[in-house]
Amino acid sequence: MAKLTLPCDEATIRKLKVGDFLELSGRVITGRDSAHHWLIHDFRKEVAPFLKDSVIYHVGPVVKKHEDGHYTFVAAGPTTSAREEPYQADVIGKYGLRGVIGKGGMGTKTLEGLEKYGAVYLHAVGGTAQVLAEAIKEVQQVFQLAEFGVPEALWVIRVENFPVVVTMDSHGNSLHAEVEKSSKAKLEQLLGLTS
Amino acid sequence: MLTREQWTEKFVEVIAHASSQLPPDVLEALKRGRDAEEPGSLAAKALDSILTNVEMAKGNWQPICQDTGTPLVWIHHPVGMSTRMLTAAFEEAVRQATAKQLLRPNAVDTLTDKNTGHGQGPGIPTVHCEEWDSPDAEVRVILKGGGCENCGAQYSLPNAKLKADRNLDGVRRCILDAIAQAQGKGCAPGIIGACFGGDRGSGFVESKRQLLRRLDDHNPVPELDTMERDVLDQGNQLGIGPMGFGGKTTVLGVKVGNLARLPASYFVSVSYMCWANRRAGARITPKGEVQWLN
Ligand code: SF4
Repeated sequence: MAKLTLPCDEATIRKLKVGDFLELSGRVITGRDSAHHWLIHDFRKEVAPFLKDSVIYHVGPVVKKHEDGHYTFVAAGPTTSAREEPYQADVIGKYGLRGVIGKGGMGTKTLEGLEKYGAVYLHAVGGTAQVLAEAIKEVQQVFQLAEFGVPEALWVIRVENFPVVVTMDSHGNSLHAEVEKSSKAKLEQLLGLTS
Repeated sequence: MLTREQWTEKFVEVIAHASSQLPPDVLEALKRGRDAEEPGSLAAKALDSILTNVEMAKGNWQPICQDTGTPLVWIHHPVGMSTRMLTAAFEEAVRQATAKQLLRPNAVDTLTDKNTGHGQGPGIPTVHCEEWDSPDAEVRVILKGGGCENCGAQYSLPNAKLKADRNLDGVRRCILDAIAQAQGKGCAPGIIGACFGGDRGSGFVESKRQLLRRLDDHNPVPELDTMERDVLDQGNQLGIGPMGFGGKTTVLGVKVGNLARLPASYFVSVSYMCWANRRAGARITPKGEVQWLN
């Protein structure tokens, strides 16, 4: 199984292909709906260094605050990425992200963005909140916690051997588009809809 | 007779079960799916991860998935028990379970867009109470996540595009279409609860109630039993696979019920439940003894 250390450069990302199974280690930032709106509406220079050459994880974690004030992730599986489709490509371009972790895949606008900027879509297994929380070793910092609440805040985390699959690469390929096409053809056949 | 506080305690226990302990029939179906996939394929790896996750959640009594969903509960209660009390006790149980991190704070006020913070709000949880003749009560809970709930669909027959008429074949066509539309987005492999008939509201409620059934049971209506098997088989031929990675395991079960309909209407309502089919049931005696049901 291939390993990928974050942050990383464009050349490394361009080598990745749909279907590659990867283990990520290094620094990742989380963000979902509120975070994407916020990132797009202004240039947020305080978080920009954490996005540059790293990946953003679509997740709304369950977080435990310990008595001494430090945080750990209790459950942290991916959330549906499709909601960020209108913003994702722009966020990638604006902040120099190298990828996105989520579930369910994304659409053509994002796929074009991945190709243009040199980034990938990494699919984590939906619902595996415990397996993935165990790969999150440390919470380093958090942005917009008071404003957005725990699930929507931007958490800077350190991961170790975090398992993902490349389902959209930087060369215009999408496993989601492929599976959708073949399954819909099969549906038409099963229902006798092919003309 | 239990007090309201005691009912709350029992309900918290049932919620804890649902959140962390995947029912054995679902676990078996996932294992069969993993064994059917090509070793080393993305589908097999995804199912391996799922199975490891199920074990970890079980051992640590931690949420299987961080989206602990909408708690749905069906309560059968003895004659004369107050449904208002039971509903209030269950709502309180959701707040307590949220405070204990068995559930994620999952209720958002739709006017202010603020999370209520305690997991409860108008319509969350949904509580269905029904009186029966037994002195015991029976509580059945489902935690239904948002990702899979977004994959639900409702059809009004006839539907020309699917060549679906107002008959059982038409119902089958709609359910298969719903599985294809969902792709992997509802965290496939999923479980389908469907209902034909009813109005737009009652049809969806019945489709969800179907999700209380064990995956290995048989529909008592022979035509529906056949349909469930056919749709399961054909759904898996679509090749969507776990998470939509491609593969043989797309659906783990199909459960279909029906309601009467108006002459003018013919609805098919389909609810998609993710592999994390968090379902728990308990029978509770008047003394408060708990017997777990699968
Ligand atoms: S749909 Fe996926 S993310 Fe949502 S509750 Fe189910 S397993 Fe979890």
